[in-house]
Amino acid sequence: MTALVGIALTSIFVQNFVLVKFYGICPFLGVSKKLDTALGMGMAVTFVMTLASMLTWACQKFILVPLDMEYMQTIAFIVIIAALVQFVEMFLQKSIPSLYSALGIYLPLITTNCAVLGVALLNVRTASVINLLGTYTLIESVVNGFSAGIGFLLAIVLFAGVRERLESSDIPKALQGFPIALISASLLAMAFMGFQGMSF
Amino acid sequence: MLKTIKNGLINENPTFVQVLGMCPTLAVTTSLVNGIGMGLSVTFVLILSNMLISMLRKIIPSKIRIAAYVVIIATFVTVVDLVLKAYVPSLSQSLGLFIPLIVVNCIILARAEAFASKNTVLKSAADGLGMGLGFTVALSLISAVREILGNGTILGMSVGIANPATVMILPPGGFLTLGIILGIINAIRNRKEQR
Repeated sequence: MTALVGIALTSIFVQNFVLVKFYGICPFLGVSKKLDTALGMGMAVTFVMTLASMLTWACQKFILVPLDMEYMQTIAFIVIIAALVQFVEMFLQKSIPSLYSALGIYLPLITTNCAVLGVALLNVRTASVINLLGTYTLIESVVNGFSAGIGFLLAIVLFAGVRERLESSDIPKALQGFPIALISASLLAMAFMGFQGMSF
Repeated sequence: MLKTIKNGLINENPTFVQVLGMCPTLAVTTSLVNGIGMGLSVTFVLILSNMLISMLRKIIPSKIRIAAYVVIIATFVTVVDLVLKAYVPSLSQSLGLFIPLIVVNCIILARAEAFASKNTVLKSAADGLGMGLGFTVALSLISAVREILGNGTILGMSVGIANPATVMILPPGGFLTLGIILGIINAIRNRKEQR
């Protein structure tokens, strides 16, 4: 249990996926202009990352390793993630149309979010704490996927809050748009550096 | 041909103008060697995937084109990953997960969709080369600045800075360097427009 809490705290704060590890910067910069869209994107990513962690772990364990085809990892994982996103999209459209229309445009974008493929690859490469001989077990992978998603959600929501304030402030012309957003992100990343050195 | 290459290198530079493919741009630019290595890997994938997609553009049905592009790109990325692991293990180690993550680099998918699916093989190769070089130049610039200021070295050789600011090679430095470079480019562009 403590191992799982450790994994969760590490993925959310100490090794925040966005601000420390630089996964998923494209949506972080692209979809953070408004607080509510950022929240929607963050929740969609968390959901997909949790499911993707589970499926890619199973694929690695039951298909790639027994067949000795680990070199197909990248291709297999990206296909799984693309299919998963497609299924989630169809499922939401049919059963929870309100959530679907809220997330609508952001769902297909998740396929090319490197945080999702990143967490899938990390899960099958990181040494496990529970099973000392191998890489992450299923439960560790799922916890890692979920908390990495929460880390993304936290970062994008904080950043969207900062950017909403920036809208109404007086910024030199050359720095308007992306430059000031990146400089603010730099300060946010500096804040997260405060968690460095903590280990669980 | 030359015009297409110049377009990718300057007018539509993927990093500085289109602001695409930010993850590797920020993550691996802690030293010039990493920046160049990443840039060249992406260039290689970009040229080959552009060529293959352009060859197959009349065969791939438009409904499943994105999935087909992703599989093609993933194939070339796997090639790069295995080659780097075999011949330059140290570079492969320091670029880490960002080599397999080239698959989801938006630049490559964007060029496949916007250019290679509509143009001839030769033109697509030129576009891939131009965009790839533009990306490499951008990464080299950012990583040179970060390595000099953050580590006091360039390509591993000391440049004589007594107290390098380590924060520049840490995550905040990545955001800061890119933000300031984009700001400078904007300032230059604004001045040109005023004239």
